[in-house]
Amino acid sequence: MADEPLVLGIETSCDETGVGIVRGTTLLADAIASSVDEHARFGGVVPEVASRAHLEAMVPTIDRALKEAGVSAKDLDGIAVTAGPGLAGALLVGVSAAKAYAYALGKPLYGVNHLASHICVDQLEHGALPEPTMALLVSGGHSSLLLSSDITSDVRPMGATIDDAAGEAFDKIARVLNLGFPGGPVIDRYAKEGDPRAIAFPRGLTGPRDPAYDFSFSGLKTAVARWIEAKRAAGEEVPVRDVAASFQEAVVDVLTRKAVRACKDEGVDHLMIGGGVAANSRLRVLAQERCEAAGIRLRVPRPKLCTDNGAMVAALGAEMVARNRPTSSWDLSADSSLPVTDPHVPGHDHVHEVSKENLYS
Amino acid sequence: MLLLALDTATPAVTVALHDGRAVIASSGQVDARRHGELLLPAVDRVLAEAGLKLDAVTGVVVGIGPGPYTGLRVGLMTADTFGLALGVPVHGVCTLDGLAYAADIEKGPFVVATDARRKEVYWATYADSRTRLTDPAVDRPADIADRVAGLPAVGAGALLYPDTFPKVHEPEHVSAAALASLAAERLAKGEELPAPRPLYLRRPDAQVPKNYKVVTPK
Ligand SMILES: [Zn+2]
Repeated sequence: MADEPLVLGIETSCDETGVGIVRGTTLLADAIASSVDEHARFGGVVPEVASRAHLEAMVPTIDRALKEAGVSAKDLDGIAVTAGPGLAGALLVGVSAAKAYAYALGKPLYGVNHLASHICVDQLEHGALPEPTMALLVSGGHSSLLLSSDITSDVRPMGATIDDAAGEAFDKIARVLNLGFPGGPVIDRYAKEGDPRAIAFPRGLTGPRDPAYDFSFSGLKTAVARWIEAKRAAGEEVPVRDVAASFQEAVVDVLTRKAVRACKDEGVDHLMIGGGVAANSRLRVLAQERCEAAGIRLRVPRPKLCTDNGAMVAALGAEMVARNRPTSSWDLSADSSLPVTDPHVPGHDHVHEVSKENLYS
Repeated sequence: MLLLALDTATPAVTVALHDGRAVIASSGQVDARRHGELLLPAVDRVLAEAGLKLDAVTGVVVGIGPGPYTGLRVGLMTADTFGLALGVPVHGVCTLDGLAYAADIEKGPFVVATDARRKEVYWATYADSRTRLTDPAVDRPADIADRVAGLPAVGAGALLYPDTFPKVHEPEHVSAAALASLAAERLAKGEELPAPRPLYLRRPDAQVPKNYKVVTPK
Protein backbone atom coordinates (compact mmCIF):
# COMPACT_ATOMS: atom_id res chain seq x y z
CA MET A 1 0.00 0.00 0.00
CA ALA A 2 2.65 2.51 1.06
CA ASP A 3 4.37 2.30 -2.31
CA GLU A 4 1.22 3.33 -4.15
CA PRO A 5 1.40 6.93 -5.39
CA LEU A 6 0.33 9.65 -2.95
CA VAL A 7 -1.31 12.36 -5.04
CA LEU A 8 -3.08 15.63 -4.30
CA GLY A 9 -5.78 16.70 -6.79
CA ILE A 10 -7.24 20.16 -7.37
CA GLU A 11 -10.62 20.74 -9.04
CA THR A 12 -12.04 24.18 -9.93
CA SER A 13 -13.93 23.63 -13.20
CA CYS A 14 -17.23 24.98 -11.89
CA ASP A 15 -18.43 26.21 -8.49
CA GLU A 16 -16.73 23.72 -6.15
CA THR A 17 -13.18 24.29 -4.93
CA GLY A 18 -12.11 20.68 -4.41
CA VAL A 19 -8.84 19.36 -3.00
CA GLY A 20 -8.52 15.61 -2.57
CA ILE A 21 -5.69 13.33 -1.56
CA VAL A 22 -5.45 9.65 -2.47
CA ARG A 23 -2.92 6.87 -2.12
CA GLY A 24 -3.42 4.75 -5.22
CA THR A 25 -7.08 3.78 -5.09
CA THR A 26 -7.51 4.70 -1.42
CA LEU A 27 -9.27 7.94 -0.53
CA LEU A 28 -7.45 9.88 2.21
CA ALA A 29 -9.10 13.32 2.02
CA ASP A 30 -11.87 15.05 0.11
CA ALA A 31 -12.03 18.73 1.10
CA ILE A 32 -14.60 20.93 -0.63
CA ALA A 33 -15.52 24.61 -0.47
CA SER A 34 -18.63 25.39 -2.49
CA SER A 35 -19.87 28.76 -3.71
CA VAL A 36 -23.28 27.30 -4.64
CA ASP A 37 -25.15 29.53 -2.17
CA GLU A 38 -23.71 32.64 -3.81
CA HIS A 39 -25.07 31.48 -7.18
CA ALA A 40 -28.53 30.46 -5.99
CA ARG A 41 -30.13 33.87 -6.35
CA PHE A 42 -28.85 34.09 -9.93
CA GLY A 43 -30.52 30.79 -10.81
CA GLY A 44 -27.26 29.35 -12.17
CA VAL A 45 -23.51 29.42 -11.76
CA VAL A 46 -22.01 32.88 -12.38
CA PRO A 47 -18.46 32.35 -13.69
CA GLU A 48 -16.91 35.46 -12.12
CA VAL A 49 -18.46 34.70 -8.73
CA ALA A 50 -17.09 31.14 -8.95
CA SER A 51 -13.58 32.33 -9.90
CA ARG A 52 -13.44 34.81 -7.03
CA ALA A 53 -14.54 32.12 -4.59
CA HIS A 54 -11.89 29.67 -5.86
CA LEU A 55 -9.10 32.19 -5.22
CA GLU A 56 -10.32 32.80 -1.66
CA ALA A 57 -10.89 29.13 -0.85
CA MET A 58 -7.85 27.45 -2.40
CA VAL A 59 -5.15 27.75 0.26
CA PRO A 60 -7.46 26.94 3.20
CA THR A 61 -8.88 23.97 1.29
CA ILE A 62 -5.40 22.56 0.51
CA ASP A 63 -4.54 22.95 4.19
CA ARG A 64 -7.72 21.18 5.23
CA ALA A 65 -7.10 18.27 2.84
CA LEU A 66 -3.55 17.74 4.13
CA LYS A 67 -4.77 17.72 7.74
CA GLU A 68 -7.64 15.39 6.91
CA ALA A 69 -5.28 12.97 5.15
CA GLY A 70 -2.66 13.27 7.87
CA VAL A 71 0.13 13.55 5.32
CA SER A 72 2.85 16.09 4.74
CA ALA A 73 3.07 17.97 1.44
CA LYS A 74 6.68 16.92 0.99
CA ASP A 75 5.64 13.24 0.86
CA LEU A 76 3.36 13.75 -2.15
CA ASP A 77 4.32 11.93 -5.35
CA GLY A 78 2.50 14.33 -7.62
CA ILE A 79 0.01 17.16 -8.00
CA ALA A 80 -2.94 16.69 -10.35
CA VAL A 81 -5.31 19.39 -11.53
CA THR A 82 -8.36 19.67 -13.76
CA ALA A 83 -7.02 21.30 -16.94
CA GLY A 84 -10.48 21.20 -18.61
CA PRO A 85 -13.19 21.13 -19.73
CA GLY A 86 -15.02 23.71 -17.60
CA LEU A 87 -15.35 27.45 -16.99
CA ALA A 88 -12.18 29.06 -18.36
CA GLY A 89 -11.61 31.58 -15.57
CA ALA A 90 -12.42 29.08 -12.85
CA LEU A 91 -10.11 26.42 -14.31
CA LEU A 92 -7.29 28.94 -14.50
CA VAL A 93 -7.35 29.53 -10.74
CA GLY A 94 -6.91 25.81 -10.04
CA VAL A 95 -4.25 25.37 -12.71
CA SER A 96 -2.29 28.36 -11.34
CA ALA A 97 -2.43 26.94 -7.82
CA ALA A 98 -1.43 23.43 -8.91
CA LYS A 99 1.51 24.65 -10.96
CA ALA A 100 2.81 26.86 -8.15
CA TYR A 101 2.35 24.09 -5.60
CA ALA A 102 4.05 21.43 -7.72
CA TYR A 103 6.88 23.77 -8.62
CA ALA A 104 7.48 24.94 -5.06
CA LEU A 105 7.44 21.38 -3.70
CA GLY A 106 9.51 19.95 -6.57
CA LYS A 107 6.76 17.48 -7.53
CA PRO A 108 5.56 16.32 -10.96
CA LEU A 109 2.44 18.04 -12.32
CA TYR A 110 -0.44 16.29 -14.10
CA GLY A 111 -3.08 18.34 -15.91
CA VAL A 112 -6.01 15.94 -16.28
CA ASN A 113 -9.43 15.79 -17.91
CA HIS A 114 -12.46 16.52 -15.75
CA LEU A 115 -14.62 13.89 -17.45
CA ALA A 116 -12.04 11.11 -17.18
CA SER A 117 -11.69 12.08 -13.50
CA HIS A 118 -15.44 11.58 -12.98
CA ILE A 119 -14.96 8.00 -14.22
CA CYS A 120 -11.72 7.29 -12.39
CA VAL A 121 -13.14 8.35 -9.01
CA ASP A 122 -15.00 5.05 -8.84
CA GLN A 123 -11.66 3.34 -8.18
CA LEU A 124 -11.79 4.93 -4.72
CA GLU A 125 -15.12 3.22 -4.10
CA HIS A 126 -15.07 -0.09 -5.96
CA GLY A 127 -11.40 -0.74 -6.71
CA ALA A 128 -9.61 -0.81 -10.06
CA LEU A 129 -11.78 -0.01 -13.07
CA PRO A 130 -12.56 -2.97 -15.30
CA GLU A 131 -11.11 -2.57 -18.78
CA PRO A 132 -13.08 -1.68 -20.73
CA THR A 133 -15.61 0.33 -18.71
CA MET A 134 -18.73 1.97 -20.09
CA ALA A 135 -19.43 5.25 -18.30
CA LEU A 136 -22.52 7.40 -18.21
CA LEU A 137 -21.59 10.93 -17.08
CA VAL A 138 -24.51 13.13 -16.18
CA SER A 139 -24.34 16.54 -14.50
CA GLY A 140 -25.26 20.18 -14.98
CA GLY A 141 -22.43 20.51 -17.48
CA HIS A 142 -22.27 17.16 -19.25
CA SER A 143 -24.33 14.19 -20.43
CA SER A 144 -22.16 11.64 -22.20
CA LEU A 145 -21.68 7.97 -22.75
CA LEU A 146 -17.99 7.10 -22.79
CA LEU A 147 -16.13 3.86 -23.37
CA SER A 148 -12.67 3.55 -21.86
CA SER A 149 -10.19 0.71 -22.18
CA ASP A 150 -7.54 2.60 -20.14
CA ILE A 151 -8.61 5.68 -18.23
CA THR A 152 -5.16 7.28 -18.60
CA SER A 153 -4.96 6.99 -22.36
CA ASP A 154 -8.14 5.88 -24.11
CA VAL A 155 -11.56 7.45 -23.62
CA ARG A 156 -13.90 7.12 -26.57
CA PRO A 157 -17.13 9.14 -26.82
CA MET A 158 -20.12 6.95 -27.74
CA GLY A 159 -22.74 9.68 -27.47
CA ALA A 160 -23.57 12.98 -25.81
CA THR A 161 -26.39 15.44 -25.43
CA ILE A 162 -27.17 17.46 -28.55
CA ASP A 163 -28.68 20.31 -26.50
CA ASP A 164 -29.05 20.65 -22.71
CA ALA A 165 -27.14 18.62 -20.16
CA ALA A 166 -29.37 16.42 -17.97
CA GLY A 167 -28.63 18.52 -14.88
CA GLU A 168 -29.57 21.70 -16.73
CA ALA A 169 -32.98 20.22 -17.51
CA PHE A 170 -33.47 19.58 -13.77
CA ASP A 171 -32.50 23.20 -13.01
CA LYS A 172 -34.87 24.60 -15.62
CA ILE A 173 -37.87 22.53 -14.58
CA ALA A 174 -37.22 23.41 -10.93
CA ARG A 175 -37.35 27.03 -11.99
CA VAL A 176 -40.64 26.62 -13.83
CA LEU A 177 -42.03 24.98 -10.69
CA ASN A 178 -40.54 27.77 -8.51
CA LEU A 179 -38.49 25.26 -6.52
CA GLY A 180 -35.18 27.18 -6.59
CA PHE A 181 -31.60 26.32 -7.60
CA PRO A 182 -30.00 23.80 -7.92
CA GLY A 183 -32.89 21.76 -9.24
CA GLY A 184 -31.60 18.20 -8.98
CA PRO A 185 -31.97 17.51 -5.25
CA VAL A 186 -35.31 19.31 -4.89
CA ILE A 187 -36.93 17.54 -7.89
CA ASP A 188 -35.67 14.22 -6.53
CA ARG A 189 -37.32 15.02 -3.19
CA TYR A 190 -40.70 16.00 -4.64
CA ALA A 191 -40.65 13.11 -7.09
CA LYS A 192 -40.49 10.62 -4.24
CA GLU A 193 -44.08 11.54 -3.34
CA GLY A 194 -45.33 11.73 -6.92
CA ASP A 195 -46.50 9.26 -9.56
CA PRO A 196 -43.89 8.77 -12.30
CA ARG A 197 -46.62 7.52 -14.67
CA ALA A 198 -49.03 10.40 -14.03
CA ILE A 199 -48.01 12.34 -17.13
CA ALA A 200 -46.48 10.80 -20.27
CA PHE A 201 -43.67 13.23 -21.10
CA PRO A 202 -41.68 12.61 -24.30
CA ARG A 203 -38.47 10.53 -24.39
CA GLY A 204 -35.99 12.47 -26.55
CA LEU A 205 -34.07 10.78 -29.40
CA THR A 206 -35.59 7.34 -28.83
CA GLY A 207 -37.11 6.85 -32.29
CA PRO A 208 -35.88 4.02 -34.53
CA ARG A 209 -33.91 6.39 -36.74
CA ASP A 210 -32.48 8.55 -33.94
CA PRO A 211 -28.81 8.25 -32.95
CA ALA A 212 -28.64 5.34 -30.51
CA TYR A 213 -26.40 6.92 -27.85
CA ASP A 214 -27.05 10.66 -28.12
CA PHE A 215 -29.35 12.53 -25.75
CA SER A 216 -31.72 15.47 -26.07
CA PHE A 217 -33.49 17.12 -23.14
CA SER A 218 -34.57 20.38 -24.70
CA GLY A 219 -37.83 19.00 -26.14
CA LEU A 220 -38.71 17.38 -22.84
CA LYS A 221 -38.05 20.63 -21.00
CA THR A 222 -40.39 22.52 -23.33
CA ALA A 223 -43.08 19.84 -23.10
CA VAL A 224 -43.03 19.96 -19.30
CA ALA A 225 -43.12 23.76 -19.26
CA ARG A 226 -46.09 23.81 -21.68
CA TRP A 227 -47.95 21.25 -19.63
CA ILE A 228 -47.49 23.35 -16.48
CA GLU A 229 -48.48 26.56 -18.26
CA ALA A 230 -51.64 24.93 -19.61
CA LYS A 231 -52.63 23.95 -16.07
CA ARG A 232 -51.94 27.43 -14.78
CA ALA A 233 -53.82 29.03 -17.69
CA ALA A 234 -56.84 26.85 -16.90
CA GLY A 235 -56.69 28.05 -13.32
CA GLU A 236 -55.94 24.57 -12.04
CA GLU A 237 -53.41 23.69 -9.39
CA VAL A 238 -50.13 22.24 -10.73
CA PRO A 239 -49.52 18.77 -9.22
CA VAL A 240 -45.86 19.53 -8.43
CA ARG A 241 -45.04 16.05 -7.11
CA ASP A 242 -46.49 14.24 -10.13
CA VAL A 243 -44.82 16.64 -12.55
CA ALA A 244 -41.47 16.21 -10.80
CA ALA A 245 -41.82 12.41 -10.77
CA SER A 246 -42.96 12.16 -14.39
CA PHE A 247 -40.27 14.55 -15.64
CA GLN A 248 -37.56 12.75 -13.68
CA GLU A 249 -38.78 9.40 -14.98
CA ALA A 250 -38.51 10.64 -18.58
CA VAL A 251 -34.90 11.71 -18.00
CA VAL A 252 -33.67 8.61 -16.18
CA ASP A 253 -35.59 6.26 -18.47
CA VAL A 254 -33.70 7.55 -21.52
CA LEU A 255 -30.35 7.72 -19.72
CA THR A 256 -30.47 4.15 -18.44
CA ARG A 257 -32.03 2.69 -21.58
CA LYS A 258 -29.26 4.10 -23.78
CA ALA A 259 -26.48 3.24 -21.35
CA VAL A 260 -27.58 -0.39 -21.10
CA ARG A 261 -27.95 -0.59 -24.84
CA ALA A 262 -24.42 0.75 -25.35
CA CYS A 263 -23.07 -1.90 -22.96
CA LYS A 264 -24.88 -4.68 -24.82
CA ASP A 265 -23.85 -3.42 -28.26
CA GLU A 266 -20.20 -3.16 -27.24
CA GLY A 267 -20.18 -6.36 -25.19
CA VAL A 268 -19.20 -4.49 -22.03
CA ASP A 269 -20.41 -6.02 -18.77
CA HIS A 270 -19.71 -3.04 -16.49
CA LEU A 271 -21.51 0.29 -16.35
CA MET A 272 -20.19 3.19 -14.30
CA ILE A 273 -22.40 6.23 -13.61
CA GLY A 274 -20.87 9.52 -12.46
CA GLY A 275 -21.52 13.26 -12.32
CA GLY A 276 -23.89 15.23 -10.10
CA VAL A 277 -27.05 13.68 -11.56
CA ALA A 278 -25.74 10.25 -10.52
CA ALA A 279 -26.76 11.34 -7.02
CA ASN A 280 -30.40 11.13 -8.20
CA SER A 281 -32.11 8.35 -6.25
CA ARG A 282 -34.43 7.24 -9.05
CA LEU A 283 -31.55 7.05 -11.55
CA ARG A 284 -29.67 4.77 -9.18
CA VAL A 285 -32.66 2.48 -8.65
CA LEU A 286 -33.66 2.21 -12.30
CA ALA A 287 -30.07 1.71 -13.45
CA GLN A 288 -29.69 -1.10 -10.91
CA GLU A 289 -32.88 -2.80 -12.12
CA ARG A 290 -32.00 -2.58 -15.78
CA CYS A 291 -28.38 -3.59 -15.32
CA GLU A 292 -29.40 -6.63 -13.30
CA ALA A 293 -31.88 -7.66 -15.97
CA ALA A 294 -29.17 -7.32 -18.62
CA GLY A 295 -26.43 -9.07 -16.64
CA ILE A 296 -24.38 -5.88 -16.33
CA ARG A 297 -22.51 -4.93 -13.16
CA LEU A 298 -23.36 -1.38 -12.09
CA ARG A 299 -20.82 0.82 -10.32
CA VAL A 300 -21.99 4.14 -8.90
CA PRO A 301 -19.84 5.98 -6.35
CA ARG A 302 -21.42 7.51 -3.23
CA PRO A 303 -23.11 10.86 -4.03
CA LYS A 304 -20.28 13.00 -2.59
CA LEU A 305 -17.84 11.44 -5.07
CA CYS A 306 -20.31 11.87 -7.98
CA THR A 307 -20.47 15.65 -7.72
CA ASP A 308 -17.35 17.66 -8.57
CA ASN A 309 -14.53 17.11 -6.06
CA GLY A 310 -10.75 17.06 -5.78
CA ALA A 311 -10.50 13.36 -4.92
CA MET A 312 -11.56 12.38 -8.44
CA VAL A 313 -8.72 14.47 -9.88
CA ALA A 314 -6.27 12.93 -7.42
CA ALA A 315 -7.56 9.46 -8.35
CA LEU A 316 -6.80 10.03 -12.02
CA GLY A 317 -3.47 11.67 -11.15
CA ALA A 318 -2.49 8.61 -9.10
CA GLU A 319 -3.32 6.40 -12.07
CA MET A 320 -1.14 8.62 -14.29
CA VAL A 321 1.76 8.18 -11.84
CA ALA A 322 1.17 4.43 -11.53
CA ARG A 323 1.14 4.00 -15.32
CA ASN A 324 4.15 6.24 -15.86
CA ARG A 325 2.32 8.75 -18.02
CA PRO A 326 4.29 11.86 -19.02
CA THR A 327 3.93 14.90 -16.76
CA SER A 328 2.57 18.28 -17.84
CA SER A 329 4.88 21.25 -18.35
CA TRP A 330 5.02 24.51 -16.41
CA ASP A 331 3.26 26.30 -19.25
CA LEU A 332 0.20 24.07 -18.85
CA SER A 333 -2.87 26.11 -19.65
CA ALA A 334 -6.51 25.77 -18.70
CA ASP A 335 -8.51 24.51 -21.68
CA SER A 336 -12.23 25.17 -21.28
CA SER A 337 -13.01 22.83 -24.18
CA LEU A 338 -10.42 20.10 -23.58
CA PRO A 339 -11.68 17.15 -25.67
CA VAL A 340 -12.95 14.14 -23.76
CA THR A 341 -10.52 12.02 -25.78
CA ASP A 342 -7.54 13.65 -23.98
CA PRO A 343 -7.42 12.12 -20.47
CA HIS A 344 -4.47 14.35 -19.63
CA VAL A 345 -2.31 17.12 -21.06
CA PRO A 346 1.24 15.81 -21.42
CA GLY A 347 3.98 18.41 -21.70
CA HIS A 348 6.73 18.97 -24.20
CA ASP A 349 9.71 17.21 -22.68
CA HIS A 350 12.41 19.82 -23.02
CA VAL A 351 10.62 22.47 -20.97
CA HIS A 352 10.10 20.08 -18.13
CA GLU A 353 13.66 18.79 -18.23
CA VAL A 354 15.08 22.27 -17.73
CA SER A 355 12.76 22.86 -14.80
CA LYS A 356 13.47 19.50 -13.22
CA GLU A 357 17.16 20.19 -13.25
CA ASN A 358 16.59 23.50 -11.56
CA LEU A 359 14.36 21.89 -8.96
CA TYR A 360 16.04 18.69 -8.00
CA SER A 361 19.74 19.37 -8.38
CA MET B 1 16.41 38.66 2.23
CA LEU B 2 15.24 37.37 -1.12
CA LEU B 3 11.95 38.68 -2.49
CA LEU B 4 10.21 37.08 -5.46
CA ALA B 5 7.89 39.64 -7.05
CA LEU B 6 5.29 39.01 -9.73
CA ASP B 7 2.48 40.92 -11.37
CA THR B 8 -0.21 39.80 -13.83
CA ALA B 9 -2.72 42.62 -13.35
CA THR B 10 -2.06 44.15 -16.78
CA PRO B 11 -1.09 42.69 -20.18
CA ALA B 12 2.46 42.38 -18.78
CA VAL B 13 3.51 39.11 -17.16
CA THR B 14 6.45 40.17 -15.06
CA VAL B 15 8.70 38.51 -12.47
CA ALA B 16 11.72 39.75 -10.50
CA LEU B 17 14.07 38.73 -7.69
CA HIS B 18 15.33 41.30 -5.17
CA ASP B 19 18.01 40.47 -2.60
CA GLY B 20 17.26 43.38 -0.27
CA ARG B 21 19.77 45.67 -1.97
CA ALA B 22 18.92 45.43 -5.65
CA VAL B 23 17.02 43.54 -8.31
CA ILE B 24 19.17 40.57 -9.30
CA ALA B 25 17.06 39.10 -12.11
CA SER B 26 13.85 39.99 -13.91
CA SER B 27 11.58 39.10 -16.78
CA GLY B 28 8.77 40.92 -18.56
CA GLN B 29 6.54 39.71 -21.37
CA VAL B 30 3.49 41.47 -22.76
CA ASP B 31 0.68 39.12 -23.77
CA ALA B 32 -2.79 39.86 -22.43
CA ARG B 33 -4.13 36.39 -23.19
CA ARG B 34 -1.51 34.01 -21.81
CA HIS B 35 -0.80 34.95 -18.20
CA GLY B 36 -1.51 31.41 -17.08
CA GLU B 37 0.97 29.86 -19.48
CA LEU B 38 3.75 32.43 -19.17
CA LEU B 39 4.05 33.03 -15.44
CA LEU B 40 5.55 29.79 -14.09
CA PRO B 41 8.17 29.44 -16.86
CA ALA B 42 9.11 33.08 -16.21
CA VAL B 43 9.60 32.35 -12.50
CA ASP B 44 11.73 29.35 -13.44
CA ARG B 45 13.82 31.43 -15.83
CA VAL B 46 14.40 34.26 -13.39
CA LEU B 47 15.53 31.83 -10.68
CA ALA B 48 17.86 30.08 -13.12
CA GLU B 49 19.30 33.43 -14.20
CA ALA B 50 20.10 34.25 -10.58
CA GLY B 51 21.43 30.73 -9.97
CA LEU B 52 18.95 30.25 -7.12
CA LYS B 53 16.20 27.83 -6.15
CA LEU B 54 12.71 28.82 -5.11
CA ASP B 55 13.32 27.62 -1.55
CA ALA B 56 15.83 30.46 -1.08
CA VAL B 57 12.98 32.98 -1.31
CA THR B 58 12.09 34.65 2.02
CA GLY B 59 9.01 36.55 0.88
CA VAL B 60 6.67 36.89 -2.08
CA VAL B 61 5.44 40.23 -3.43
CA VAL B 62 2.43 40.30 -5.74
CA GLY B 63 0.61 43.01 -7.66
CA ILE B 64 -2.97 43.13 -6.36
CA GLY B 65 -4.28 45.16 -9.26
CA PRO B 66 -6.55 46.75 -10.08
CA GLY B 67 -6.58 44.88 -13.39
CA PRO B 68 -8.64 42.53 -15.55
CA TYR B 69 -9.66 39.77 -13.17
CA THR B 70 -8.79 36.58 -15.01
CA GLY B 71 -5.16 37.58 -15.44
CA LEU B 72 -4.95 39.25 -12.03
CA ARG B 73 -5.95 36.02 -10.29
CA VAL B 74 -3.13 34.06 -11.95
CA GLY B 75 -0.52 36.13 -10.11
CA LEU B 76 -2.40 36.17 -6.82
CA MET B 77 -3.11 32.44 -6.83
CA THR B 78 0.51 31.68 -7.71
CA ALA B 79 1.83 33.98 -4.97
CA ASP B 80 -0.60 32.59 -2.37
CA THR B 81 0.36 29.02 -3.18
CA PHE B 82 4.10 29.77 -3.12
CA GLY B 83 3.52 31.29 0.31
CA LEU B 84 1.75 28.15 1.47
CA ALA B 85 4.32 25.72 0.09
CA LEU B 86 7.39 27.68 1.22
CA GLY B 87 5.97 28.94 4.50
CA VAL B 88 6.95 32.54 3.71
CA PRO B 89 4.91 35.76 3.91
CA VAL B 90 3.07 37.06 0.83
CA HIS B 91 2.85 40.85 0.48
CA GLY B 92 0.48 42.77 -1.77
CA VAL B 93 1.42 45.92 -3.66
CA CYS B 94 -1.04 48.01 -5.66
CA THR B 95 -0.08 47.57 -9.32
CA LEU B 96 -0.58 51.28 -9.98
CA ASP B 97 1.94 52.04 -7.18
CA GLY B 98 4.47 49.90 -9.05
CA LEU B 99 4.00 51.99 -12.18
CA ALA B 100 4.25 55.22 -10.19
CA TYR B 101 7.48 54.02 -8.58
CA ALA B 102 8.98 53.07 -11.95
CA ALA B 103 8.05 56.48 -13.38
CA ASP B 104 10.57 58.00 -10.93
CA ILE B 105 8.87 61.39 -10.66
CA GLU B 106 10.03 63.40 -7.66
CA LYS B 107 7.57 66.24 -7.98
CA GLY B 108 3.99 65.55 -9.05
CA PRO B 109 1.19 65.53 -9.07
CA PHE B 110 0.75 62.97 -11.80
CA VAL B 111 -1.67 60.20 -12.70
CA VAL B 112 -1.23 56.49 -13.41
CA ALA B 113 -3.74 54.80 -15.72
CA THR B 114 -4.01 51.22 -16.96
CA ASP B 115 -6.46 49.67 -19.39
CA ALA B 116 -9.61 48.43 -17.64
CA ARG B 117 -11.20 47.40 -20.96
CA ARG B 118 -14.84 48.32 -21.70
CA LYS B 119 -13.59 51.81 -22.57
CA GLU B 120 -12.53 52.46 -18.98
CA VAL B 121 -9.23 52.93 -17.12
CA TYR B 122 -8.00 51.95 -13.69
CA TRP B 123 -6.34 55.05 -12.28
CA ALA B 124 -5.01 56.93 -9.27
CA THR B 125 -3.18 60.21 -8.69
CA TYR B 126 0.22 60.60 -7.02
CA ALA B 127 2.11 63.42 -5.27
CA ASP B 128 5.39 61.71 -6.16
CA SER B 129 6.59 58.21 -7.09
CA ARG B 130 6.10 56.93 -3.55
CA THR B 131 2.97 58.79 -2.46
CA ARG B 132 -0.50 57.98 -3.73
CA LEU B 133 -3.12 60.71 -3.28
CA THR B 134 -6.32 58.88 -4.24
CA ASP B 135 -7.72 55.36 -3.97
CA PRO B 136 -7.50 53.31 -7.16
CA ALA B 137 -10.69 53.76 -9.18
CA VAL B 138 -12.23 52.63 -12.46
CA ASP B 139 -13.80 55.23 -14.75
CA ARG B 140 -14.39 56.31 -18.32
CA PRO B 141 -11.54 58.64 -19.32
CA ALA B 142 -13.94 61.40 -20.39
CA ASP B 143 -15.60 61.35 -16.95
CA ILE B 144 -12.32 62.09 -15.13
CA ALA B 145 -10.89 64.54 -17.68
CA ASP B 146 -11.45 67.49 -15.32
CA ARG B 147 -9.69 65.81 -12.43
CA VAL B 148 -6.57 64.82 -14.40
CA ALA B 149 -6.37 67.90 -16.63
CA GLY B 150 -2.81 69.11 -17.10
CA LEU B 151 -1.24 66.17 -15.22
CA PRO B 152 1.44 63.96 -16.76
CA ALA B 153 0.09 60.41 -17.10
CA VAL B 154 1.91 57.09 -16.74
CA GLY B 155 0.86 53.71 -18.16
CA ALA B 156 -0.80 52.00 -21.08
CA GLY B 157 -4.18 53.40 -20.09
CA ALA B 158 -2.87 56.89 -20.75
CA LEU B 159 -1.57 55.94 -24.20
CA LEU B 160 -4.99 54.57 -25.12
CA TYR B 161 -6.85 57.82 -24.43
CA PRO B 162 -4.73 60.78 -25.62
CA ASP B 163 -7.73 63.14 -25.45
CA THR B 164 -7.86 62.73 -21.68
CA PHE B 165 -4.13 62.13 -21.15
CA PRO B 166 -2.19 64.28 -23.66
CA LYS B 167 1.03 64.34 -21.56
CA VAL B 168 2.30 60.76 -21.40
CA HIS B 169 5.26 59.77 -19.21
CA GLU B 170 7.22 56.47 -19.22
CA PRO B 171 6.87 53.58 -18.54
CA GLU B 172 4.02 51.99 -20.46
CA HIS B 173 4.04 48.66 -18.59
CA VAL B 174 4.45 47.67 -14.97
CA SER B 175 7.57 45.73 -13.99
CA ALA B 176 7.96 43.32 -11.12
CA ALA B 177 11.39 44.88 -10.62
CA ALA B 178 9.73 48.14 -9.60
CA LEU B 179 7.23 46.30 -7.44
CA ALA B 180 10.03 44.41 -5.69
CA SER B 181 12.11 47.55 -5.13
CA LEU B 182 9.13 49.43 -3.72
CA ALA B 183 8.23 46.52 -1.44
CA ALA B 184 11.85 46.13 -0.26
CA GLU B 185 12.00 49.85 0.53
CA ARG B 186 8.77 49.77 2.52
CA LEU B 187 9.64 46.59 4.37
CA ALA B 188 13.06 48.03 5.28
CA LYS B 189 11.25 51.01 6.82
CA GLY B 190 9.13 48.63 8.84
CA GLU B 191 5.98 49.53 6.94
CA GLU B 192 3.11 47.12 6.65
CA LEU B 193 2.20 46.07 3.10
CA PRO B 194 -1.39 45.30 2.08
CA ALA B 195 -2.70 41.74 2.22
CA PRO B 196 -2.50 39.86 -1.10
CA ARG B 197 -6.21 40.35 -1.87
CA PRO B 198 -7.34 41.43 -5.34
CA LEU B 199 -8.57 44.98 -5.95
CA TYR B 200 -11.50 44.11 -8.20
CA LEU B 201 -13.25 47.52 -8.04
CA ARG B 202 -16.19 46.17 -10.03
CA ARG B 203 -18.92 43.78 -8.98
CA PRO B 204 -19.21 40.49 -10.90
CA ASP B 205 -21.35 40.76 -14.02
CA ALA B 206 -24.34 38.79 -12.95
CA GLN B 207 -27.99 39.42 -13.26
CA VAL B 208 -30.67 37.94 -11.14
CA PRO B 209 -32.85 36.31 -13.81
CA LYS B 210 -36.14 37.94 -14.63
CA ASN B 211 -39.24 35.93 -14.07
CA TYR B 212 -39.55 32.64 -15.84
CA LYS B 213 -40.04 32.97 -19.61
CA VAL B 214 -43.25 31.40 -20.92
CA VAL B 215 -42.81 28.86 -23.74
CA THR B 216 -46.44 28.35 -24.75
CA PRO B 217 -47.11 30.13 -28.06
CA LYS B 218 -49.60 32.97 -27.77
ZN1 LIG C 1 -18.31 17.50 -13.36
